[in-house]
Formats: sequence, structure tokens, C-alpha cells
Amino acid sequence: MHDLEMKKRAQAALDKPAQYGPDVDLSRFTLIAPQESYQEDLSQLPAELSRQVLSAGIETGEKGRSGTYFQKNHSVIHCQIHQEGVEILTIDQALAKYDWLKDYYWKMIPPDQDKYTAWAYLNPHHGYFIRTRPGVKTLFPVQACLYMEQDNLVQNIHNIIIAEEESELDIITGCAARPRMRQGLHVGVSEFYIKKGARLTFTMIHNWAEEMDVRPRSAASVGPSGIFISNYVSMKPIHSLQMYPTTWLEGKDSLARYYNILVASRGSELDVGSRVILKAEGGRAEVVSRAISAGGNIRARGCLVGKEKDIKAHLECRGLILERGGMIQAIPELEGYLPGIDLSHEAAVGKIAQEEINYLMARGLPESEAIAAIVRGFLTVDIAGLPTELQAELNRVVEESEKTLL
Amino acid sequence: MLVIENLSVRLFNRIILHGVNLHIPAGEVHVLFGPNGSGKTTLLMTIMGFADYEVISGQIIFNGKDITNLPVYERAQAGLGLSFQRPPTIKGVKTQQMLEICNRHSQQDYRPLVEELNFQDFLGRDVNQGFSGGEIKRSELLQLLVQSPTLALLDEPESGVDLENIALIGRGINKLLRRQWPAEESAECRRKVREERKIGGLIITHTGYILDYVDADRGYVMMNGTIACQGNPREILRCIKEVGYEECVRCMI
Repeated sequence: MHDLEMKKRAQAALDKPAQYGPDVDLSRFTLIAPQESYQEDLSQLPAELSRQVLSAGIETGEKGRSGTYFQKNHSVIHCQIHQEGVEILTIDQALAKYDWLKDYYWKMIPPDQDKYTAWAYLNPHHGYFIRTRPGVKTLFPVQACLYMEQDNLVQNIHNIIIAEEESELDIITGCAARPRMRQGLHVGVSEFYIKKGARLTFTMIHNWAEEMDVRPRSAASVGPSGIFISNYVSMKPIHSLQMYPTTWLEGKDSLARYYNILVASRGSELDVGSRVILKAEGGRAEVVSRAISAGGNIRARGCLVGKEKDIKAHLECRGLILERGGMIQAIPELEGYLPGIDLSHEAAVGKIAQEEINYLMARGLPESEAIAAIVRGFLTVDIAGLPTELQAELNRVVEESEKTLL
Repeated sequence: MLVIENLSVRLFNRIILHGVNLHIPAGEVHVLFGPNGSGKTTLLMTIMGFADYEVISGQIIFNGKDITNLPVYERAQAGLGLSFQRPPTIKGVKTQQMLEICNRHSQQDYRPLVEELNFQDFLGRDVNQGFSGGEIKRSELLQLLVQSPTLALLDEPESGVDLENIALIGRGINKLLRRQWPAEESAECRRKVREERKIGGLIITHTGYILDYVDADRGYVMMNGTIACQGNPREILRCIKEVGYEECVRCMI
């Protein structure tokens, strides 16, 4: 599609509400943010900011990281890689550098999908390009931080991630906002390309603020024997979040796993799904979500579409309601088009079983500690194929958030 | 050590126990027989203090202290330990974590116990998740061994256990209740071990098989929520085997 044509379509979609989630009035936000200065050394960032992004898995000391992309409001304040064969650029730099990148840019997500993608297309505020060259394995995860601190701002991000053939790429994306930031909108468009035999683990941790609205829009394409593991954690108060990322398993024997950990406190509205379209023989997919309502609303969606023989996929959604006033709705969907496919789901929404509390109390734990242990267990997902340091990071973040929850 | 006086208990609007009296002196092991639905488990659950079991009369005295209204965890901390007949699985809570919880007060190196019960491979698994009948009993026993209570309440420790595992369970129970003699080369005097042990036990058994492994001091038959009969546990078991619980019913009338 010609750029001009895309632009026209985007403009026409500026009032098009998203299929799901509460509608956000875009006129409330400003598109203008002052330029921030580049930070050679991230450890010089203010302590409060460092703490805030650390809760989202971002190490400003860059310890145990292969590289860092750091964006504050509309400015890229750091973009540095420490490993050969791994690239990290701003999306603008990358588009200028690689002519071929236009074949990846806005290819899986149409700009006119809804008003958020349209806005992001028309008003881009950077984003990152991360790529592993063929056969290269990241020694440590690459980290990308998207930070917002200006009230009433919108941050439109576009990211492209490419794991070339037989490469292994681990990414942590931490999104955070200044505590008690007044309203803000984050739109993040991400396109993931996992080539033949490559493996991408993408761990995204959200640590936004109470008045923020967040609309990630992401899609992934996985080639033959490719593996895509996506982990998503949102445990902090947020005004509204809606996303429904889609993975296309295009190549034979490819695999996708989604793990979502969601906590909605009072006033939070979360509508989060994961969709996997199994288009090639031997495809495997697993979608797991854990949702906790502490007074807020969660819609946990999931959709598996089986379009080729010998595919197998499972959807699991568990919800736990800790207090009155909130709601959890599990919406699993399975779509099969052929005989011989294997799609399944299980969903359960409930409260903590008294029997489990009794069991722990009989071992000497006071009731509050017993409940904490059960909630912690509920949120513990052992993610197959996740590098140990990422699992540890995930556990740390979940544990830290869970302390404030209880 | 445990004195139960005139205990009546209501569960979900039904009175299950009617004026139960029971006395377990320190260091003794008592066995509770009875048909299904006679109230055996209710008695154990009430001693442990679970919320659904409402004491409508009587009291429970443990080590001289009235624990009738104490919360469950305080009873556990005071030295009561319960092996569940059908414990729940708790997703994401590993067996290892359970042992750590049990070990909070006893603070012992429990690794040898894990090995003794051949449970190394289960530590990283969610507690009770997909465990077989025998594995559940071993898990329960291991947790109690780590917790090291002064009174162990065992709810049908042999049910669902295959022959291979029952000896292992039997040994574990004897170890828990200090009924395992010291090794022959040990200088420890067996009488001294017997006289000095403080830990008591109350074992529910439906089949009585556990008596092949554990020497009990006293037996009770529970019928329709009351203690119908008490005496030598082996004699009671022999009687039940010969004429069944019907005889006990006849006896009560």
C-alpha cells in the first residue's frame, strides 16, 4: 500500500473506536512534549525514576543486560547495545538505515485498525528496532523502557522486533509512569518477526499510573520451527488497558506461548486477550492467564484458531476475586476448521478456597499469611522455555507487586 | 495432654458429635475406629479448630490450656499437627514451600527426613498436584515430621496406600510418634525412650491395617457421633473384624 493511501485510511479511522475496551477521548491529550537530553549513563537518572522503572524490570545500571533502549515521554534518552550481532536502534534510525524495513513496518497491524493505531500512524513518537542477526544468541536480555511523566501526554510508540533465522533473542520491556501522574495515554504498536528456527522471549511489565489509559497493539509472525514466548504482567493500578495481541504461526512446527498476569485494583478496567492463529502443520500454542480482581474489572479473552492439520493448542484462564466490587469475565474462544486438530480450553473464576486456607493454617500460618501464600502461588506460572534470569526477574516483579496488593 | 470433655459439634446445621469424652495422656497413641460417617473426621477437624465445626458444648484442653476457641494456626503453633485424609492441591505452592512453612517453629535440617520418605523428586512440584494416594500420605507425614507436633492427629494414614508404601508409612508414623526403637548398636536404653517420649497421637483408621505397624495404647469405637466403646485396640479391631460394627450398634441399644 502506498504511504499516501495509508495516511488517508488512517485519517479516516481517527474516530473509529476499538472493538473492545472503554473508548478513550483523544482530544483530552496533548501531542507535544519538550525534548529531553540524551543520557550517556543511565545510572545518573533520578533515584525515584530508577525505582519506578526497576518495578517494571528495567535495570538502569544495565547489569545483566545486553543493551538498553530508554524513551522518556517523546525523547529517546538512551539507545545502546553491548553485544555484537544484536542491533538496537530507534525505529526512525532503522527505517533510514534499512530500506527493506518498510516491508515490516505496519505490515501486520493496519493503521486504520482503530483510532489508536491511526493516531500512532499519524503522530509517531519513536519506538525501538531490535534485531538479532542469524544464529546470534543474546547473552543477556535486551531491555527497553518506555517512561511517561508529563501529565495529559500521549505517547505513540512503534516497535519492530526481528529474530533472524536460528537466533535467540530475549527482551524485557518495562513501561512505567511517574507515580501519581495525571491522565496519560500510551499507544504501543509492536510487530514481531520470528524467522525460521529462531526463538524470541518477550517479557513486558507494566507499571503505569492510576489515571493512565493504555492501548498496546501487537502482532507476531513465526516461521518454521520458530518459538515465540510472550509474558505480560500488569499488576499496578491503571485506569484502562485494552489489548488483544495476535500471533500467526506461519511456519511448520512453530510454537507460541502467552502468559498474562493481570491484577485489577479498584477503578481499573482491564480487557486483555491473546490470539493465536495456527496456520501451519505441527503448530503448537498455549495461552495462560491469571487474573486477580482486587475491586477492579478484568475481561480475560483468548482465541485459538486452527487452520491446518496436526495442530494442538490449549487455553487456560484462571480468575481469582479477592474483594467485592470487581468482576472477572473469562472469554475463551476456539475456532477449528479441519478434522484432526486439537484445541482445548479451561477457565475458572472463583474465590480462594477455604480448604486451602485451612490447610496452610493447620501448618501454623496465620490466615492473612495463608491467603498471601495462595495468591502468590496463583500468580506463579512456571514458564517453559523462559531463561532463568527472566523467570527470576518476573518472580521478583510479581512478588513485589503482590506485597502492595495484599 | 489432650482432654476432651462433653464435646458436641454442629456442622452445616447438623449435630455430628454428641458429648464426646476423650483423654490422651502424654506419650500415648490412641486409635479411633468407626464406620464411615460416624464422626471420626469431625472430631479431628474440631480438635484442629476449623471454622465450619461449631462447638455447641464442651471443651478441648491441650497441655492444660483451653483451646476450644483458639484459631487454627495458634493450635498448630501450640503443638497440634494434622495429617489430612484428602488434602487440597494449592496451585503454585510447592511441596518445598510447605515444608518451609512447617519448619518455621521447629527450625530443623529436614533433608534427611525427605530422603527417608523418598520424597526428593516431589519438592519442586505443586503440593498434592497429581500425587497418588500413597504419595499424598507420604507428603502429609513428611510435613508432620518437619512440623514435629506434640500431638499428631492422623486421619486414615493408610487409606489408598499400596502394599509397597504401607511399610514406609508405618515406619514414618513410628518415627513421628517416637515408637521407633533406637538402633541395636545404640547405647540408648529402650525403656528410657519409651518412658521419656512426650508426643501423643490420635489415629483414625477405618480398616485397622495401621495397627500392623504401629503399637497403639488405646482404642475407641465411634458410632453416630459418640464414643461407643473403648479398650485394647487390638481386641477392638479383632471384634470389629469378627462381627462388624453392627455388634457395636447392638451394644449401644
